[in-house]
Parts: sequence; structure tokens; C-alpha cells
Amino acid sequence: MQAEPRTAESRDDERERAPFPHKHLLGIEGLTRRHVETILDTAEAMRGISDRRIKKVQTLRGRMVVNAFFENSTRTRISFEVAEKRLSADSVNIQVSGSAMAKGETLLDTLRNIEAMRPDMVVLRHWCSGAPHFLAHHLQSNVINAGDGNHEHPTQALLDAITIRRAKGRLDGLDVAICGDIAHSRVARSNAHLLRLFGSRVRVSGPGTMMPRGAAEALGVRVCRSLAEAVEGVDVVMMLRIQKERMGADMYPSDREYARQFGLTREVLRHAKRDAIVMHPGPMNRGLEIAPDVADGDRSVILDQVENGVAIRMAVLYLLSGASEVPAE
Amino acid sequence: MPNPYVDKQVVMDRRAIVRALRRIAQEVIERNSGLEGVALVGIRTRGVDIAKRLRDVLEKDEGTAPPLGELDITLYRDDAPSRGLPEVRPTTMPFDVEGKAIVLVDDVLYTGRTVRAAIDALMDFGRPRSIQLAVLVDRGHRELPIAADYVGRVVQTRADESVRVRIDARDGEERVVLRAPGER
Amino acid sequence: MRIEMRNGRLIDPARGMDEPRDLFLADGRIAADAPPGRLERSLRAERTIDAKGKWVVPGLVDMHVHLREPGEEYKETIETGLRAAAAGGFAAVASMPNTQPPNDARSVTEHVLRRAAAVRGARCLPIAAITIGREGKHLTEFGELLEAGAVGFSDDGTCVADAGLFRRALEYARSFDTLILQHAQEPRLTVGALAHEGPRATRLGLAGWPSVAEELIVARDLLLAAYTDARLHIQHVSSAGTVDLLRAAKAKGVRVTAEVTPHHLWLTDEAIETYDTNAKVNPPLREEHDRGALREALRDGTIDCIATDHAPHSVLEKVIEFDRAAFGVVGLETALPLGLALVRDRVLTPLRLIETMSTAPARALRVPGGRLAVGDPADVTIVDPERPFRIDPSSFVSMGRNTPFGGYEVPGRAVATVVGGDIVFELA
Repeated sequence: MQAEPRTAESRDDERERAPFPHKHLLGIEGLTRRHVETILDTAEAMRGISDRRIKKVQTLRGRMVVNAFFENSTRTRISFEVAEKRLSADSVNIQVSGSAMAKGETLLDTLRNIEAMRPDMVVLRHWCSGAPHFLAHHLQSNVINAGDGNHEHPTQALLDAITIRRAKGRLDGLDVAICGDIAHSRVARSNAHLLRLFGSRVRVSGPGTMMPRGAAEALGVRVCRSLAEAVEGVDVVMMLRIQKERMGADMYPSDREYARQFGLTREVLRHAKRDAIVMHPGPMNRGLEIAPDVADGDRSVILDQVENGVAIRMAVLYLLSGASEVPAE
Repeated sequence: MPNPYVDKQVVMDRRAIVRALRRIAQEVIERNSGLEGVALVGIRTRGVDIAKRLRDVLEKDEGTAPPLGELDITLYRDDAPSRGLPEVRPTTMPFDVEGKAIVLVDDVLYTGRTVRAAIDALMDFGRPRSIQLAVLVDRGHRELPIAADYVGRVVQTRADESVRVRIDARDGEERVVLRAPGER
Repeated sequence: MRIEMRNGRLIDPARGMDEPRDLFLADGRIAADAPPGRLERSLRAERTIDAKGKWVVPGLVDMHVHLREPGEEYKETIETGLRAAAAGGFAAVASMPNTQPPNDARSVTEHVLRRAAAVRGARCLPIAAITIGREGKHLTEFGELLEAGAVGFSDDGTCVADAGLFRRALEYARSFDTLILQHAQEPRLTVGALAHEGPRATRLGLAGWPSVAEELIVARDLLLAAYTDARLHIQHVSSAGTVDLLRAAKAKGVRVTAEVTPHHLWLTDEAIETYDTNAKVNPPLREEHDRGALREALRDGTIDCIATDHAPHSVLEKVIEFDRAAFGVVGLETALPLGLALVRDRVLTPLRLIETMSTAPARALRVPGGRLAVGDPADVTIVDPERPFRIDPSSFVSMGRNTPFGGYEVPGRAVATVVGGDIVFELA
């Protein structure tokens, strides 16, 4: 073999290699700032594809992606599916409903079924923290964590990051408030890890019942007692979805109380910087954690988040595909 | 380990590059009877550099600059990357491709695979009236039935040689060199 | 068999003895002991063991073991469990009642003992359930269970959370001066709990199991034990807070004993960083300061014993999502090697190690053994403190392979276990 590649030699050996030495995307924890930047830059390049007449490239042609969802999540699943189609991958969806779990079907059973399909990548959403780590340990394929229990949701944090970067022009030196049910939020964890990589300062707030022990130490955040304190002077306000079943578990007394004490209203938002943006991972409970006029107001970038999701997932699929070499023609 | 490549011969110097671009500009204007409906699209990275230079020459000659797009063909390539995964960079197409006469610009034409990928990528933006190809150097060894409409210089090469275009902005010099494995 | 053990280092905590001494066993009892070479000439041994360079210690006693039989024989049987115990140097193990059916009736206790009698291995000391079906509602028949051979009472795996019921259990146990062993876990504070509640669990997104869930029950039970003057034993202590409570109670003369597991002495919640189900235990592995407090408490006597909480599981329970995996690790064949590592690391003296693994648990359970004076049962373990090896779960006699200690380098192990004068285990 020659030292210089035969094809497009003046291009190939001058080009930057995408610095992404990972086989799986299990969480933001473990990525470096540079890895995150690579994903975001790649996603920027991917964004344009959705604007073309033909919204599809051949990059992952012949690659098989299994979307294994053990938890309902229409948004995330569709976002991944669109990303896979844009890259011409063949995708198969496995939806494991609650009833199959009740019958005792374990992740290991499903895993064997998945393995028989010889997938190149598996996108896993699971209600157990650490489930993607388990899968990555037992499967040959690349594993992408599409949300595991209360642990991480890396693609959500990445799409939030690209949304912030587009709105603020940077990810470093920002003050960000993440508010709501921190204890049960994988979005909060992934976002805290990511923003910390860039030296942004993260504050969290929420009802005491939903503030996990050791949050400050675990996530490198400042814990604020009130929403107003958390929002004071920040560049970004990120509201988390409150799950109504938490009320049954006495984590908050009533929707009305929650909305009044912990919901983001225009009055509370006044504490933030004038140009602060408002984010929400969706789906929103309008009038509960976020007032409708704030959700739909001019500070809201919630719809941008959704749009950026596809580009981020395309970028992740592309970058992980490098781990198992693209078949030569 | 094969020997590292070294510069063997300068095939175009600064003045030769300027002359070639002027000639290509004239040919583009003649063939398209002016610049009405003409757009340039450079193939990243050095094709974009050449396209920008060509645009400047065209602007000087005709008093108007054609729009310029920048095309990243990474996602359209048909070859295995030799190591790692190439970085994907943005494609910008600040004009509607539909009905345009597109002059695709690259620095070196070799196997034709890059151009094939670029044509595919362009077609995904719409249906141009025509696609023409301009290259600074044609070094032969085509693997696909592709030919350039505008060529700065044809250079005879062996398969184990390579051709490098170097420009001021990127390399601090202005020349095209033929490179080959050095002697041990 | 008449056995002579010569040239060993005899460690007998009951007598505070740690010196070179020969031992003679006959008719299932310690028949004689004397300085090296000074045993009476009339004593004729059928077997002479040269214990030079080795420790001769009272047979180890593990007061917390799950033998799984009856009901879960795919995880462990009485036979494999008692043989694994012998291989680990244990001459006797207390078997917990959370079997299927649970050991809450004379018939089950007798069944367990009958099965155990057929095994050449460690003795089995059945612990019976405190409540029928381990349901925390009604007391079992303590008197009849003791007659059948039970040596104490516990609902292990489940806490007796009802304060009124637990008071009655302590009071009723006093009638027989028997031991109540509590699995201290406030159930309402541990709903769905998976890992020690603290920064790591928060980061890993695992439902928290707070230390206070243990401490609340321990504090309550210490008050009740003092109030009823009953004998209370706290199982698998995991937190520094519990240590403080125990220390204060002991200072006041409360009749309480406590145990700690090797995994709580050796590991912290760092072991679950990769969601390793082999490190998922009940109570959970906690933080560094807890581990330090447990070691100190074991050293100073606040905690009396090392007990393994040997909990064998199959791959069905362990090769699975962390949330769904069963709690527990196996410990019978790693406890002594890890104990020797504590001696190596100067956490314990040899005398204290043997006290915590033999003398103290035998005393707490009021069973024979744990001592090597003439007339005591011939339950003896020979330990080679300098026989380093790497822990390899695939070589376990136990059917359980679930240990976080695979690959650990340990300094030594048991090389022979004698139960009632019978050599039930001997390393080639």
C-alpha cells in the first residue's frame, strides 16, 4: 500500500479526522469537551440535509439500526427514526410494552433477539439506569443511550447544547438554571455534565422532595432553594417536565401548589437576564411547570430544540459508524 | 513502511496559476455567454479556495460576481476512509440550484470519484440546467467516465505519485507540486 | 478420628492464647493441648498433621448464611453450601430462614437439620423466622423451634418493622434467653431503593437507600432491647451512624451484638460505578467514612463478628438490569482470605480476626465451638496465612459465583477444616 491513499489524495490526507474515539454513546459523562464539540459541529453540517430537495444521504446505506424502546417515548423514537432515514440506514423498531416486562421478559431475552438481527447499532431507551451499559457489555453493536432510567439522556443534552450555542453563540461561561424534578431527571444530569465540561455554571432548584442527596457534589451544580434564586441573572432557564404520578407519591401536594411555587411564569423569568432563553425537553405540562405565555413566548427556544434533535442524532449515528469501518465498495 | 512523500517537481508556479485561472474564467464566460444564471460551487476544501479565486477573476472581467456555494461531499463518498472517520463540514448553497448553470470547481481531478459524489450531492439540492467541471490540474487515471470542461493544466503522473495544490492563504506559498515517495 | 496437630501457632481467643502449641483431638473433642512436643506420649494419633507455619484456630463460625434449600436449589443446596463453608474454613454456619417455605415451623427446621446431617461439611445452625411466613404479623413458636434445633430468630431479608411486634419478639425471646437477629431496614424509607443514597447514586440515577433507614431501626431496637433486657443482634451493619448507636448502647450495658460483612469492610459504593450487579447488596455498600468506621468498630469490639451474608444467586438473578438484579454476594470461600488481608493491612491482629470469625459468633449464638480448650468440640480450622492466591469464582465449591472480589489477590486461606473430629475439608 502507498502511504497516500489512491483516491482523492489531496483531500483525504489533509482532512481532519473527526476526533470521536468512542464505540458507544452511553452518557455525557466520559466525553471530553472536544468530543462534544465534534458532535455539535457534525450536527451543524447535518442540519442542511433537511432543507434539501432530497432529504437523504447514502452514508449509512446497508447499515442496520435497531431502535429498542422499553419505555414509551414517541418524540425521541421518531427523532431517531428520522435521523436514521436521512442517513439511509435500515431501521427496525422493537417496542417492549409494560405487559411484556410484567411477563418477565428481561433485557437479556430481548438482547438475544436483537443480536440475531445482526444490527450495526442499537438505540436503547430503558427504564433502568445502566441498561445501555449492560447492553454494551453483551453486544457487538454500537449502543446509543436514548435515555436510561434516571441516569442519562445524552442526545437530549447534546441537542440542548446546540440550541444554546446557536442562541448564545457559545457554551462556555454561561449561567444556566435547571429547575424541577432533579431527582428523576436524566435530562438534568446529562445537561449538568455537559455544561460543566464547558465551564458554564449550573444551578438546580426544585421541591426538596425532588432534590437528590449530594446533588451539588454529584453533578457539580449549585443547589438553590427557590426558583427565583435559581433564575437570578442566568442566560438559560431549563424547565423539567413534572410527572403527575409524583403527586401520588407525596412529592408535591397538588398541581396548583406546584405551579404557584415551582412553575416558570413571566414574573419569575424577570429575574433572569434580559436575553435569557427558555428551554424544555418536552412534552410540556403547560400551566404546571411552565406558564403557557412563557412556553410560547419570544424567549422560548423549545421548538428549536425539537428541530435540532434530528441533526444531533444524525451526527451521533454518523460518528459512531466510524467505530466499525464503512465497507469498501 | 513506504517512504514518506517528498516534493519532486513544481508543475505550476504562481504566475502559471494566475494565467490558468484567467483562461478558465474566459472560457466560462464564452461558453455561458456571460454570467447570467451561472453559479460556482467549490468542493471542500481546496476546491472552495480555487472557486473563490475564480470568482474574483470573473468579477474583475465582467463586473459582477457569480454566487458561490461550498460543498462538503463527505456524506456522499463511496470509499472507505483510510483511517478514522472524516470530519463532516457544513455545505452552504446560498442560491437556488434549480435551473442554474453550475460550475463545479476542484483543485485536482484524479479518479473522478470526488466529482461523482459532488454531482450526487448537488442533485439533492435541485435540478440545475447544467453542471460543468473546472479543475486547476487534471492528473489522469480516471476510474469513472468523467471529464473536465475547464482545465488549468494537464499533468502526466504515475499512480504512486500525488499532486498538491498549495495556496498563500493556507500554505504560505503558491504552487502546484508533483510528489512521489522519497528515495531511501 | 484421633488427630494430632503439631508445630502450629495455636490461636484461641477465648483464652487469649496465641502461641506455638500442639493439639490432640479424640472422640470429637479437644483431648489435650501442650507446648510443642510436650503432648503426653500415651496419646496415639491415627493422623498427624504438621501445622508448621500455619495457624490452628477454633473452627470458624459464620452466623449469617443463605443455604437456599428448601425452595431455591438451583442457587445453592444444603450440601453445596455446607461443603463450600468447609472449604472456606467454617466449621459451622447459621442458615437464614428465608427459604421456600420459610423456616417458621418445626418441620422445616428438622428437615434442614436432617439434610445437613448427611453432608460432610460444616455444621448447620438453623435460624428460625421471628414471624410466621416472615410476614411481620404473628410470632412463630419459639419454644418448639428451639426444641427442634433452631439457635436464634430472624426474619432476615425483611425487617420486623412493626415496633409493637418487635417488642413482643424481644420479650418472648427472653423466656428462652434466645437471640433475636434484626435485619435493620425501615421499609418505608427504602421503597424501590437500589444503592446507598448519596452523590454516587444521584449521579448514576439509582434510587437511594439512605443510611438513616438502617439507623432508625437500630436506634429503636436498641431502646427496645434496653427496655426489655432481651438479647439483640444487629445483622450486617453498614453505616457509621449505626456504629455510633451501637457504641453508645454497649457503653450503657445493652445486651447487643452486631456483625459486619467482608464486603462492607472492603468495598464502598464505588463498586457499583459500572452497574456491576455483583456489588448490589442489601444493605448497600456505602461511603469511605462508613467503611472506615466499620473497620474501627470491628477492631475495638463495637462490632463483634464478621459474618458473610453468603447469598448465592444464579445468572438469572445477576446477569440482568441493575434494577431487577437480586441483592447479595457469596462469601463463604472469600471471607477468611479477605480477613487475612485485614491482618496483612494491620486492621486486625490474628487473635482479633479469629475472635470475630469464630469465638464471638459462637458466643452470640450460644452454640458450642469457637474455643479450643480441653473438652470443647473438636471443631478446628488450620489456616495457612501465607498461601497467596487470586480469587477465582469459577473454582468455588458454592454454586453461587456472584462476587465482586473475583481477581482479588489475597494472602492465604484455610487448608483444613475439622468438624467434630472429622476432617471435612483438606486442601491437597
